[in-house]
Amino acid sequence: MNPLLPFFVITPLAGAFLIMIIGRFVSDFNKYFTSLILLFLACISFYFLFTTGENIYVYKVGGWEPVNKVPIGIYMVMDGFTAIIVCIINLIGFLSAFYSISYIKRYTAENYFYALFCLMIAGMNGVVISGDLFNIFVFLEISVISSYALVAFGVEKNELEASFKYQVLGALASFLILIGIGLIYWKAKTLNIADIKTAFSNGYDKTYYLFVQIVILSGFGLKAAIIPFHAWLPDAHSSAPSPISAMLSGVLIKAVGIYVIIRLFFNMFIISESMSILITTLGTLSMVIGVFLAIGQWDIKRLLAYHSISQMGYVVLSVGIGMILVSRGIKPEVAALAITGGIFHLINHAAFKGLLFLNAGAIEYTIGTRDLKEMGGLAKDMPATSATSFVASMSISGIPPFNGFFSKLVIIIAAVMARFYLLAVLAVIVSIITLASFLKFQRYAFYNKSDIKRDKIKEVPFPMVFSMVILSIICLMLSLLIIPEIRETILTPAINILTDPLKYSSTIIGQ
Amino acid sequence: MIAYIMCFILFLVGLYGVITRRNLVKIAVSLSIMEISIFLLFALIGYVDGGVAPIVDPADPVKTYVDPLPQAMVLTAIVIGLATTAMLMTIIIRLYRKYGTFDIREIKNLRG
Amino acid sequence: MKGMTLIVKKTTQLIAGMIFMYGIYIIVHGHLTPGGGFAGGVIIAGSLILVTLAYGGDFLKLVKEEAGTTIVESISILMVIMIATAGFLFGIHIFFSNFLPKGVVGQLISAGVLPLYNIFVGTEVAASIFIIFLSLIIFKEESPQ
Repeated sequence: MNPLLPFFVITPLAGAFLIMIIGRFVSDFNKYFTSLILLFLACISFYFLFTTGENIYVYKVGGWEPVNKVPIGIYMVMDGFTAIIVCIINLIGFLSAFYSISYIKRYTAENYFYALFCLMIAGMNGVVISGDLFNIFVFLEISVISSYALVAFGVEKNELEASFKYQVLGALASFLILIGIGLIYWKAKTLNIADIKTAFSNGYDKTYYLFVQIVILSGFGLKAAIIPFHAWLPDAHSSAPSPISAMLSGVLIKAVGIYVIIRLFFNMFIISESMSILITTLGTLSMVIGVFLAIGQWDIKRLLAYHSISQMGYVVLSVGIGMILVSRGIKPEVAALAITGGIFHLINHAAFKGLLFLNAGAIEYTIGTRDLKEMGGLAKDMPATSATSFVASMSISGIPPFNGFFSKLVIIIAAVMARFYLLAVLAVIVSIITLASFLKFQRYAFYNKSDIKRDKIKEVPFPMVFSMVILSIICLMLSLLIIPEIRETILTPAINILTDPLKYSSTIIGQ
Repeated sequence: MIAYIMCFILFLVGLYGVITRRNLVKIAVSLSIMEISIFLLFALIGYVDGGVAPIVDPADPVKTYVDPLPQAMVLTAIVIGLATTAMLMTIIIRLYRKYGTFDIREIKNLRG
Repeated sequence: MKGMTLIVKKTTQLIAGMIFMYGIYIIVHGHLTPGGGFAGGVIIAGSLILVTLAYGGDFLKLVKEEAGTTIVESISILMVIMIATAGFLFGIHIFFSNFLPKGVVGQLISAGVLPLYNIFVGTEVAASIFIIFLSLIIFKEESPQ
């Protein structure tokens, strides 16, 4: 048992309530303490990223050992795939917290902001490392309830309306997830993911099983904003304060949505062809419709939010192709390639979408508007913001040598090798439309001449510049994941745990 | 069997309320009704015929107990539901102060 | 916020203490009977809300009370986390492990650390429900008529 695992949940949880007490008496405690906690968590998550490899660490909370090989306690599980997501959460979380040091001065009640931020991190870490269904639900609720509050943090008309919409749809998603958990417990009589797999592999009722899968998929699909469940996302992500938008768009929809879908459908359910075709279709729809909805937007943050839907579509699409091949039992190496592409794109999306939202926040911080038509000529006055946002825009639209190019290339190659030519063509077309949309963003925001007279503008303060520059360096560095040696240490363990149908459950039950 | 159908009907009543009502507070109430129907479903899942409350009696340890795990889950879910409802109500009160109405048709700044 | 009539005040004086004691009873017997931290905490919060409604209080007093209750709430959660961490330091070095002696089943002082968890969860729930009530009241008080 690795003693470091529970720290992912305990530290931010304790930090949130320490901030509520000490932050009342000591000013400036909150901001530095939050960054410190997240830096610590980022360090241990990098430690796990490089040491986990093919191992699966299991932590039995409270020391409840299994009885007759049936797990009875709460399990925390760390494997290759978990390590990647935990790393994303804590790294982007650290950079957003550091960025907030100067950004959040505009709002009152900083204590509440940082306490909610820590709670959100605790919830997401909990979702990712917990090994049973009900804890996934509890931690998911912790993270989304704090995100409801954070979306409404500005308490103006738009923020409140977005938060209300988000809460009603989020509550519906939670109900679907809860029903799904109840139905699974009814038949399997256990909540542990590995144990459910063994219970279901002993035979099951086909119709019931399909119904459970659809309920679970629609619940987590609502959280992940896959089309047709996307209605809340553009409002919520564009109304939140910018560091929170970066967290929501860069991390939250992946940790509580995509991650759980991938984990449950590969490691808990037995992959069926009909479900994998459904997932691929939803992914394709998100990818295409998301980008078309994004074209007409003039509000930067809404534009970025719609692109989030589209880019998540890429991830779901490529994982879905992998699922189809696994369920048919043909071409295992192409299936592995498709899943690699999906996870690679997921990592990349966290980096560049986080960076783009931080850029949007920097622009809003200096000139006080989010409307593209009112901007222009910012490249001269804000060199750091302009350069980093150029890197991010090129990454998201898939221009070499930035990271987005390589992951999209892997996805397209996998689609061609799996003989889904239409999907490959669609992926290329969507990528081109994305490029057009981001060229518009670059031109109107940074290079156009502005008609509006405004005072002399300055570059944003150091913490904001620091976060943006680090993220843009990460965007470039992630291209290195395409090199086989690096890919084998980081991505391959995650792929193996997903494609091998029995490894996850047998290892956990065996411990 | 009739109990499960009643559960499902309660869920549909809540869903109908969420979709058709125009009043923010009524939407929140409908969400609570849906939530309660799921809690009832959980209680039914843990039901064992002839079982008693799962508290170990030292004098007579061998008894038929109902399944305690769904009850624990329902208690946790009730706590979460309390938090969600409180949060929703706070937002509704704030919205009322900003817009001066509970009507959802008049609260439509965001679109597109 | 104004208080209520004399009859309400007198009745509250009589029963609020009893409700409070009943909540404490539910909390400390949490490991023996149905109930426990959450249920008892809600009952305690009920008695506090009853007193506040009956006697009222001016705006500044309510704000001060809310600040105090927030600190109580945070401290109780930190205590829960500290007991969990204590399980990491003593016994078998695992979070949330039950490191105290278990005692005899059915007695009031038994079940190791569970009663401690119940007590702190009870204070936390009582405080947080009272905070929800207070913040809604404060919000109503400060709103322009």
